[in-house]
Amino acid sequence: MSTERAAAAAQALPDPGIENEAEAPPASVLVVAAQPAGKRHGRSAGAGAGFTPGTLASSAAVLILFLVVWQWLPAATGVPEFILPPPTKVWSEFVRMLGSERLLYHSGITALEVVVGFVLGSLLGVMIGFVLGLSPKTELVLSPYILALQIAPKVAFAPLFVMWLGYTVYPKIVVAVLIVFFPVMVNVLTAVRTVDPDMVSLARSFSASRLQIFRLIEYPSSLAPLFAGLRIAATLAVIGVVVGELVGGNIGLGYLLTFGEGEGNTAMVFVAIIMLTIIGIAAYSAVAAAERRVLHYVPRAQHITV
Amino acid sequence: MANARIEFRNVTKRFPARTRDGEPVVAVRNVSVSIGDGEVVALIGPSGCGKSTLLNMGSGLYLPTEGEVYVDGRRVTGTNPQVAFMLQKDLLLPWRTVLENAELGLEIRGVQARERRQRAHALLVKCHLSGFEQHYPHQLSGGMRQRAALARTLAVDPVVLLMDEPFSALDAQTKMVLQQDLAQTVMEERKTALLITHDLVEAVALADRIIVMSSRPGTIIEEFTVDIPGRDDPMKRRRHARVGDYVVRLMELLHIGDKSAAEVI
Repeated sequence: MSTERAAAAAQALPDPGIENEAEAPPASVLVVAAQPAGKRHGRSAGAGAGFTPGTLASSAAVLILFLVVWQWLPAATGVPEFILPPPTKVWSEFVRMLGSERLLYHSGITALEVVVGFVLGSLLGVMIGFVLGLSPKTELVLSPYILALQIAPKVAFAPLFVMWLGYTVYPKIVVAVLIVFFPVMVNVLTAVRTVDPDMVSLARSFSASRLQIFRLIEYPSSLAPLFAGLRIAATLAVIGVVVGELVGGNIGLGYLLTFGEGEGNTAMVFVAIIMLTIIGIAAYSAVAAAERRVLHYVPRAQHITV
Repeated sequence: MANARIEFRNVTKRFPARTRDGEPVVAVRNVSVSIGDGEVVALIGPSGCGKSTLLNMGSGLYLPTEGEVYVDGRRVTGTNPQVAFMLQKDLLLPWRTVLENAELGLEIRGVQARERRQRAHALLVKCHLSGFEQHYPHQLSGGMRQRAALARTLAVDPVVLLMDEPFSALDAQTKMVLQQDLAQTVMEERKTALLITHDLVEAVALADRIIVMSSRPGTIIEEFTVDIPGRDDPMKRRRHARVGDYVVRLMELLHIGDKSAAEVI
């Protein structure tokens, strides 16, 4: 691919833009590239190489301090329990929900929706990303529509999907797929477009076929940006599922959220939020772990926490 | 030249205009270069004079707008296995080990795994990288990376080496070591080489012949032979008394140090 064409193609890309969802994750999805992973090379930097017993203890102390303040301060300043339940109340509600509200069942449904939505959305994003990346013409033709869909707040489609697909898990999964699809697709697309043209020339000089160029150069080059997209998508998937459950649900943690809200049971709302966060952390950690394995060759620049 | 290994005949390369009503860019105009078997020719010229374009045409990545390129008497119409190139960037694939990188050309050509491994390994030893086969490029210094790139270039056993400032990114001392390695390998393997460089002493120390190009559109200003013995030992050759004369001549041809140099280069 000549340099002129690559440059022209890069300008024709849909602007990654900003996801309009409430949580507003990092706007430029391409920024976080190949930073994490890489345990191969021995030398780790002094500070920031990871948790030492000292830093771990300090982190735990922060948590304990926070819990203590949360337990004590609202009561001392006269904040009523239905506004800000203390940790002890949240815990007892958690235990109650395990029994009476089938907390684990709902959490499991939500987790399933997140996983299925994430996997499907990522697969679609990767495939379409590569197809559009390798065929600039197709991408140019479709770019206005891709851009429009990307800017449209996907969570706004949730009521539509509920009307189409009913009060089942499917609308939630579809919303998650839509939300996950775009960051993954954009990252893969741009990765393919910004492959080092000299590397492609090198492969061509050995008379590599188109397929070889893709397999040996373009695809491996795309893995770092792909995983960056996947990490973002993992957290977005949870958002998509929650909104789907808020809009039209009788199962899942989003349903428990609205149920708790309706009853004025703030502690239940807290529990649901905490469970959702746990699911999000699990999803993100799984992606980060996979990334460390796949991108083992990337030198570890610093300790990454986000 | 009768038995030229690589020959550019009246080659011109025009690129389409960048803007809609601009002029097409003439990178290279009517250049003829002929390199015989086992010869090392250095190409020197100001930045932007089309040297890299010539190299791309030599390896078959571009086709000339006018004129032809011949390798071993056969017209170049695309990339071919007899020509390999090396750039200032080592172009080592970061996700591959040093050994796997050296094998790259062989793998693309379809050589069997065991044979590729052996050949790549042998070349890495020759390039003083034995023991580093399983390392990744980011673990190597700049000089070692260029050595790995050299191993990769030689692995496919090319007839002609086209090198575009391969050592200019290295510090001066590493450069001299690699120049020595290259000169010895080229002599031993009887490779033919076209070396593009900005380093005047490098050109005089490594080459049989030096070609000087003008600024864009690049044409050949002058061509002369380096009449100093010992091409395979540049560290010794560069100490020869006549080196200074050649360097001065090149400086004059390139107008380096002239008051008007800023306009020319």
